[in-house]
Amino acid sequence: MERIPILQLQQFLLVTIQVELHDQLAITLQDDLTEKLSTSRAKGVLIDISALDIVDSFIGRTLAHIASMARIMDAATVLVGMRPAVAITLVELGMSLKGIDTALNVDKGMALLTELSKSAESR
Amino acid sequence: MSQVQGLTTVLEESEQSILQNWIKLQVETSGSRGLIKEAELRNQATNFLSVFRNAVQENAGEQQQGPAWDEVRTFLSALSASRALQGFSPSDTALFVFSLKQPLFEAVQATTRNSEQLVDELRLVTSLLDKLGLYTFEAYQRSREQVIQRQQQELLDLSTPVVELWDGILALPLIGTLDSERTQTVMESLLEGIVAHEATIAIIDITGVPTVDTLVAQHLLKTVAAARLMGAQCIISGIRPQIAQTIVHLGVDLGDVTTKSSLSEALRLALQKNGQTIAPLAKH
Repeated sequence: MERIPILQLQQFLLVTIQVELHDQLAITLQDDLTEKLSTSRAKGVLIDISALDIVDSFIGRTLAHIASMARIMDAATVLVGMRPAVAITLVELGMSLKGIDTALNVDKGMALLTELSKSAESR
Repeated sequence: MSQVQGLTTVLEESEQSILQNWIKLQVETSGSRGLIKEAELRNQATNFLSVFRNAVQENAGEQQQGPAWDEVRTFLSALSASRALQGFSPSDTALFVFSLKQPLFEAVQATTRNSEQLVDELRLVTSLLDKLGLYTFEAYQRSREQVIQRQQQELLDLSTPVVELWDGILALPLIGTLDSERTQTVMESLLEGIVAHEATIAIIDITGVPTVDTLVAQHLLKTVAAARLMGAQCIISGIRPQIAQTIVHLGVDLGDVTTKSSLSEALRLALQKNGQTIAPLAKH
């Protein structure tokens, strides 16, 4: 079955979505990621959606769910690389993904994730 | 089909005199003298007569179908478009076709003896030229509308510049009313600016926005939300006293968007968020 790879990079999980994310694939990703979070004890998740042309309301909601799930499993989530057209569509759909931190690219996302996990540790 | 043959003969035989009278009439009646040279007018008139004659010869039905009529229409479209750009008035443009009626009538009258046939031919000429005249008018209007649309687009683009104030700090000075269409353009240019400059902070300056009502506020919040999805934080600056009052009276909730009264305050905050500061030089 088609799966989206989840890479571990030091204490973070790196998810790069390179294929069209259809509904079933998104649910599989959600399962895999929560599983991986519990086994790896990662402190953060970085989801790169720079290859996604289309994000519909279901995918948007699933991404928001993944972020909430990661939070209660003590990991921060940063969504990076959203395209302008996708951002406009999501806002028009009324989904501003309030709970998720965002960054422009993987580089900035990594910096933000490091910062977030540091501030979480100091608490 | 006798009236068609009659008309064709008239067009062939009295071409020169029709042309002479037509051009004279156009020069006399035209209110926009000097916009076009007589030589150019003569050239246009000659060309039109020749395509018109071809079309009549091929198919003089009142439906005006077939490749020859298409050619006539293409010619008229080009003529109307060029006249619209040259600044002719709509009636002057339509006059190009309508003023052909009189010389053509005269030519038909001079050659046709049979009164019944004369009536038929005149009716045909009127019907053909009326249709072409209306078509000219429509084509004129189309090209004017294109001009207006292009200007509107230019106005939209002009009024939404995205400037880089500092490394990673963008400013978007908004001028004029924000409607949904402009919000769309503003949003697009801001998001593209964020990608191009790798910006982390965007300052939206609304000093030039005359009024902020619930709809405008909603549009602003949408823009802020979209920028946030791209990983950029937004600061809204340039909130004038009246605007602050309106926003509060209307009960608009700007949420957790940072607002500053002036662009300089916003820049100071943005620099601070980026871990930078502007300090006076130490004196030696």
